[in-house]
Amino acid sequence: MAGVKVLEYADLISGPYCTKLLSNLGAEVIKVEQPKAGDYSRSVGPFPNDVPDPEKSGLFLYLNANKLGITLNTKTETGLALFKELAKSVDILVENHPPQEMEDAGLDYPSLRQINHRLIMTSITPFGQNGPYRDYKAYDINIQAAGGLAYVTGDAKREPLLTPWGQAGYQAALNAAIGTLSALYWREASGLGQHVDISVQECIASILGDVISFYSYMGMVKPRCTTLSDLSGVTIWPMDIYECKDGYVDICILEPHQWQSFVDLIGNPGWASDPKFEDRRLLFERTEGQEVPDLGPLIKEILKKYTVDELFHGGQQRRIPITPVNDAQGVLHFPQLKERGFFVEIDHPEAGRLTYPGAPFKLSETPWSLERPAPLLGQHNKEIFSNRLRYPKMELVKMAEAGII
Amino acid sequence: MARLPLQGIRVADFTWAWAGPYATMLLGLMGAEVIKIESTKRPDHSRMRSLAAGPTFGGPNQAPIFNDLNLNKMSITLDMTRPKAVELAKRVVRISDVVAENFRPGVMDKLGLGYEVLKEVKPDIIMLSSSAVGGTGPNRHYVGYAPTFAALGGMAHLTGYPDSAPIPMMGSSDLRSAATSAFAILAALYHRAQTGEGQHIDLSSTETIAVLVGEAFLEYTMNGRIPTREGNRDRIMAPHNVYPCQEENSWVSIAVATEEEWQALCHTMGDPAWVKDEKFSDAYRRWQNQEELDRLIGEWTINYSPTEVMEKLQKVGVAAVPSFSGLELFQDPHLKERGFAKEVQHPAIGKRLVVNAPWKFSATPAEVSRYGPLLGEHNQYVFGELLGLPQDEIQRLVAEGVIN
Repeated sequence: MAGVKVLEYADLISGPYCTKLLSNLGAEVIKVEQPKAGDYSRSVGPFPNDVPDPEKSGLFLYLNANKLGITLNTKTETGLALFKELAKSVDILVENHPPQEMEDAGLDYPSLRQINHRLIMTSITPFGQNGPYRDYKAYDINIQAAGGLAYVTGDAKREPLLTPWGQAGYQAALNAAIGTLSALYWREASGLGQHVDISVQECIASILGDVISFYSYMGMVKPRCTTLSDLSGVTIWPMDIYECKDGYVDICILEPHQWQSFVDLIGNPGWASDPKFEDRRLLFERTEGQEVPDLGPLIKEILKKYTVDELFHGGQQRRIPITPVNDAQGVLHFPQLKERGFFVEIDHPEAGRLTYPGAPFKLSETPWSLERPAPLLGQHNKEIFSNRLRYPKMELVKMAEAGII
Repeated sequence: MARLPLQGIRVADFTWAWAGPYATMLLGLMGAEVIKIESTKRPDHSRMRSLAAGPTFGGPNQAPIFNDLNLNKMSITLDMTRPKAVELAKRVVRISDVVAENFRPGVMDKLGLGYEVLKEVKPDIIMLSSSAVGGTGPNRHYVGYAPTFAALGGMAHLTGYPDSAPIPMMGSSDLRSAATSAFAILAALYHRAQTGEGQHIDLSSTETIAVLVGEAFLEYTMNGRIPTREGNRDRIMAPHNVYPCQEENSWVSIAVATEEEWQALCHTMGDPAWVKDEKFSDAYRRWQNQEELDRLIGEWTINYSPTEVMEKLQKVGVAAVPSFSGLELFQDPHLKERGFAKEVQHPAIGKRLVVNAPWKFSATPAEVSRYGPLLGEHNQYVFGELLGLPQDEIQRLVAEGVIN
């Protein structure tokens, strides 16, 4: 994506992660932050030694590596004018501000299209650019609720659960990146930009999988349940997270041959050869009132005797989908990820040397690269305003004093 | 001028199950012509399942989930154990821009359709290989499905109530991985448009999940701490939870970030005496005492429906939104106005509501335009029209079981 210029006018996750995806592949991203406070994620953390510092927030550092950072007060006329100058010179604008705010500032798509008809503007908002909830306020937990994800996550007997952290924002960012790239591709032939309107609620609601199908095809409401196979809580196939001697494993058995291998893995216990456990798949179609023997307690008891590694490698050697439930340390030290070079170390002038996840794919000709640390607040003001937009240095000083940058 | 962003792009789609097909479906929603290369002998396993505890299974052309994940696509059938079928598959690749597959690493090579071979067939081909843990590395032959990606990638460990075991993530992990695949393919398409160069994409579903919990790794590398499950708690915000409402199993989410929002919430609740308690007098204290805070707020929300709470609180600028069930997603007036769901007529299953495209393009609207294809429905079109095989040859190939 070398040569592609992106202007980012966004806070937290949904905008910044979208442009991060582009910057990993070589696009130049100029991140616009308000002077003094900067992106809200600078105050979220985690922080080294738990000491809050706007230049050392883990979330900010992760989402904004590779980018150029400028400050701009878009509540001032001068600030807005500078913003529009930048918008004129870029291919893509990604923003996640409330629609009304953008309209009031004269930064909505119809306005910006006037100054740059090739601009691809991607707007990411909780509920999209139209509709009765358009101006509603929503944080990540609210959108996971609005998108139907919370309802089906957790225990049926307890409250709906959040998928941490900021997952609504991440999914929206991913969809936004897809929409943006498609629009960029279309522009190659058409020469025209367009507006890409992303509703975070819709992004979450579209990855619910069978929740939608349950209602659409059977008129049923899928409840919170942790095993795919049975809605009444009876384990038909082992498809759950199980505690073992030194941690947890996830087992996801879908096919009869995997079941056979699993029985072999756990030492062919007597109960496994009981005919009533034989073709579990038939139980998907069982009739009302038919008694279903519950595998759950039997499996739980047996697995406690094994370590995570025994089950993981022993299971995988038998082609059973079993994996450890990795915590952060587990993931960082996982040999498969290490071998693939998934994590990279970057030096940040304030926060020091830290380890970051890279990109989750390998492109053979245009590999991803994560080298530059996240920008300090206003770090590239001179580069952008002076060197590129040609404002003399004295102007910058005056603008800074006036709170414009 | 093309009406859709990816009009003119053709995808030779070998994917199956969820993580592959959803990726190519996203491309199809944006106008790409997606040709699913299937086989009667080993159909896509999402064709072979009914929904759990649902109505009796009706056959490979009546599977609901298959329909939902394969909208807009075409289907041809080839028995890939036959050399002639492999040749035909190559001919489909020759007229395609993208090849997508999510078999276990090594399977495409064994079939004679690995990247190096396909590059000879079409030098600028873009090939996506999506797998559980990637195409390289010590565990590349390991098997996995959606829940295992989330477990390995660190997301499952973080999800759950503070006092209970991690919650297995379900199909959404597959679809997150699929979205990442679609992104990677588009990046490759853009690069090809600039340079004429294709490439091979090696995607690990586990990694696609790990990147979504980046902060957890930062916490560990900064402070040596391993983050764990915190239910619905936020790092800073309180109240921040899902609260019970009037009807059984109805819930509303409420999150407060500023002093202003807190005051507005208190006022809307009628300024009950407890809000003046010094336990809740500032954001820090509210966070410390959030268990009690949540209980007290729940005693207010329980008197209303989720929508009532949303309307009361949104009016004063407080973030409150119901926790919608699958049914409520289809009834929500906002989603209706946005056109979230679309009705699609399927020849065997009938009229069904499916999820429409998750982007609104101002110039090139993406949308669902057809049902998930019947097995082999487009054999005639692809072999006859696109590849130009004469009718008698097609008939012979069918009789021989090559087209099957």
